[in-house]
Amino acid sequence: MAIKILIPTPLRPSVNQQTELMVDVDGDVNTIIGSLVESYPKLKVYLVDDSGTLRKFVNFYINDTDIRDLDGEKTVLSDGDCISIVPAIAGGAV
Amino acid sequence: MSLSQSELSRYSRHLILPEVGKLGQETLKASSVLVVGAGGLGCPLLTYLAAAGVGTIGIIDFDVVDESNLQRQVLYATSDIGKSKVDVAKQKLLDLNPHIHVNTYQEPLTSDNAIELFSQYDVIADGTDNFATRYLVNDACVLAGKPNVYGSIFRFEGQITVFNYQDGPNYRCLYQEPPPPGLVPSCAEGGVLGVLPGVVATLQANEVIKVLLNIGNIASGRLILFDALQLSFREVSIKKRNDYEIKELIDYNQFCGVNEMTNNDVDDITVFDLKEKFDKEDTFELIDVREPHEYDICSIESAVLIPMGDLEDSLESLDKSKSYVVHCKSGGRSARAVAMMKEYGFQNVVNLAGGILSWADNIDTALNKY
Repeated sequence: MAIKILIPTPLRPSVNQQTELMVDVDGDVNTIIGSLVESYPKLKVYLVDDSGTLRKFVNFYINDTDIRDLDGEKTVLSDGDCISIVPAIAGGAV
Repeated sequence: MSLSQSELSRYSRHLILPEVGKLGQETLKASSVLVVGAGGLGCPLLTYLAAAGVGTIGIIDFDVVDESNLQRQVLYATSDIGKSKVDVAKQKLLDLNPHIHVNTYQEPLTSDNAIELFSQYDVIADGTDNFATRYLVNDACVLAGKPNVYGSIFRFEGQITVFNYQDGPNYRCLYQEPPPPGLVPSCAEGGVLGVLPGVVATLQANEVIKVLLNIGNIASGRLILFDALQLSFREVSIKKRNDYEIKELIDYNQFCGVNEMTNNDVDDITVFDLKEKFDKEDTFELIDVREPHEYDICSIESAVLIPMGDLEDSLESLDKSKSYVVHCKSGGRSARAVAMMKEYGFQNVVNLAGGILSWADNIDTALNKY
């Protein structure tokens, strides 16, 4: 099953500057993000906390809908779905 | 609020737009907007709001103009270095448009002053630079019942939305919690493309004007994402959530863990202590956890470069019985590095408070700064 993952600019240094990644994994958001951080270990600290839960300052969208409005981490993806990772950023004045 | 002959002439390109017109221009004149932060976002935002004829503009910022601001904070000139940002901004805006009023507040926004200040304005525009103030602006807007036109930037990424518009979602609906301190670098550490705040702030100005005029489709309930490297815009939806009720303003530094940074078990030494260690020829290793491109700008002699992202993998090769001093640009990343090294069993490891910037300010003034 092909899933596209869009990587925001702040996280691109952790994935060799790629803007999007294709993963071929069946399952829910947890499984797919788990597989992603296994392939790119430097992403892990930004996406998952010490207990393995997805970070609350990073949002995950499936085709532009927040997974919190679906089944959260357990949302099952379909072939061709696109996951957007959108971390909180705070810059502006400095 | 009627317009003078001079104002009619000045705003003629607005007056002939049916969506603005004379009535809309009078509405702008009667409106008030508070811009929080007169930095990268605040400068273009203020310029466009003043040019557009927003009648009363408030600016709150405690800072003074620094040379490193000039790469993107376009209200300020080289001759303004060292001057109060709000004073310079006011002078430039009144020069641009003498028909407006500009109120300045050279102070930090705090839980004590935010609600009273916000209640005096129609719209609040957030151009701040840290999570603690972002949550403060958000909560104060909710409590004061004001729309919050939000823009934020980091490196090449921009985010724009309007929070708390007609009871729409607010920042806490988007992000429940800030990142733990030290995990995400600030723009001062992570950098920002100079034109990025210009793009984001003009979009904020666009939304401020639309909110004031009640025209178009306001960016409420949707987060606009701008990628400057790809030159692409996307948007995702923001739904209203009720998992956190904003009842009062809180201690936002505590909420964002800002105080933890200094209170945890990371031991700091000053640059003077480090100088003494060099002078006494103490046995220790100095580790620089910045990135190679930062190291190229300036470095402390004898420091070994191990970028933060590579540190964990490199710890195996370091001798735990040795003594270490860790530094970065200003002390944030290195504090996290020290905490990590302690977790891995390093006993004698301390953080250089203030980083290489403090070293350049106090010890080696010939060093390049950035």
